[in-house]
Amino acid sequence: MSLIDVQKVEKYYGENHILKGVDFSINAGQVKAIMGPSGSGKSTLLRLIALLEPVHSGKILFNGELIAGAADGSRAKPESEKVLALRRRGIGMVFQKFNLFPHLNAVENVMCALTTVQGVDKKDAREQSIHMLERVGLGDRTTFFPSELSGGQQQRVAIARALVLAPQLMLFDEPTSALDPELVREVLKVMEKLAEDGMTMLVVTHEVGFARRVANEVLMFDEGEIVEALPPDQFFTKPAHERTKKFLEHVQ
Amino acid sequence: MDFESDLFFEVLVSEAFLKGAAISISLATLSQLLAIFFGFFLAIFRLGKNPLLKAFAGVYIWLFRAIPALLLLLIVWNALPQLIPAMRQEWYSPFLAALLALSILEGAYMAEILRSSIMSVDDGQALAGRALGMTPIQVMRKVIIPQLTRIAIPPTANEYIGMIKYTSLASVISLQELLTRAGNGVSATFRFVEYYAAALIYYLVIVSVLMVFQSRLEKRYAWISTVKKSEKVSK
Repeated sequence: MSLIDVQKVEKYYGENHILKGVDFSINAGQVKAIMGPSGSGKSTLLRLIALLEPVHSGKILFNGELIAGAADGSRAKPESEKVLALRRRGIGMVFQKFNLFPHLNAVENVMCALTTVQGVDKKDAREQSIHMLERVGLGDRTTFFPSELSGGQQQRVAIARALVLAPQLMLFDEPTSALDPELVREVLKVMEKLAEDGMTMLVVTHEVGFARRVANEVLMFDEGEIVEALPPDQFFTKPAHERTKKFLEHVQ
Repeated sequence: MDFESDLFFEVLVSEAFLKGAAISISLATLSQLLAIFFGFFLAIFRLGKNPLLKAFAGVYIWLFRAIPALLLLLIVWNALPQLIPAMRQEWYSPFLAALLALSILEGAYMAEILRSSIMSVDDGQALAGRALGMTPIQVMRKVIIPQLTRIAIPPTANEYIGMIKYTSLASVISLQELLTRAGNGVSATFRFVEYYAAALIYYLVIVSVLMVFQSRLEKRYAWISTVKKSEKVSK
């Protein structure tokens, strides 16, 4: 059974038709990469899966359970934030701009949701958080504030912050696009390790090398729909669609 | 006429002035705290989606920024008791009336300060909090409030300092605050210079203390580690 199942999802911003019926699923342990031009709806798709915005129609299943949209896939009613907060458990998200909390140091950033959302006591939460920071190679930066960390370090703290809640699915929204080139590698390394450890991941990225090494499948996204979905070796060498070929000319 | 320094020092440490200062400080502090409380909810209402609350906050801010403080003090002290019999009782003191008027008025200003502070917190912060499974109230408490506090400290300190001086308006409703005490002394002795100079010293000292307090508070919100970097790296 697939861990996440996106069915005929549509999204509008006012008159703008952002997602035009998106269908795909990810099995547990799989990694899928999404590529496509900016403004094509990739980030919106991730936000819908993270339940940060409501779907217009269509539905999203997580572990076979309906988490977004109406059961018959028709026009969905928006849910209350309280209900959504509960449903979001199990899905972790990492943002392009890190979005670390600037008033908390690294370990406090990681433990924040553990204590407030999961009710773990402070001592345990701190231990788990330090352990998680060690996992992303930041064991010596636990008391540093975001403003004292490089972009790559901040993004690794953000990954630790999501991971510490033990999600089943990790969403990455262009996690290295805001980084200086020399900092990209350290973040990708952490993500590759995560994939090796069996984490289910959906990654919006322009990093061709990463997608080739890690993804089971690459989805080409353009103008609100999936143009094609192929294993990376085929995607990057013999894509079927003109739009994919054109896009790859720009990226590679 | 010469300056009688003996009288000046006598006034400076007089019980009347100390009590007057205590009233001014406590009135300003309580008014400002209430105003922050009112202002926070008004700001939330104004930024929120509920059209009724939004309209209420809009009208409140419009109304109480338009009314002169002096006029509101007179309304609250003289006019309200004519309308509401319960306010003609002993418990309704000049202090309470001044507290009511000043906190209501200042609430409108604090609402705008806090609204702009909330708006200046990056959208990604609430998004990250929600993505971690926080409820809207948890996002507000753990993510937004600490960040808006840092932004709101300087303008709020400004307002607080202004409030200290606003309390002198309450002399018109016979509140025995600092300036009223100076006025009492002047009318008994006609020594303007000594009494006003003593009052001036009080205001200078109070505001100076507040400024030290403000700078301490701002340092607490600097969000950099207090441990030296070299120590941390070696740890």
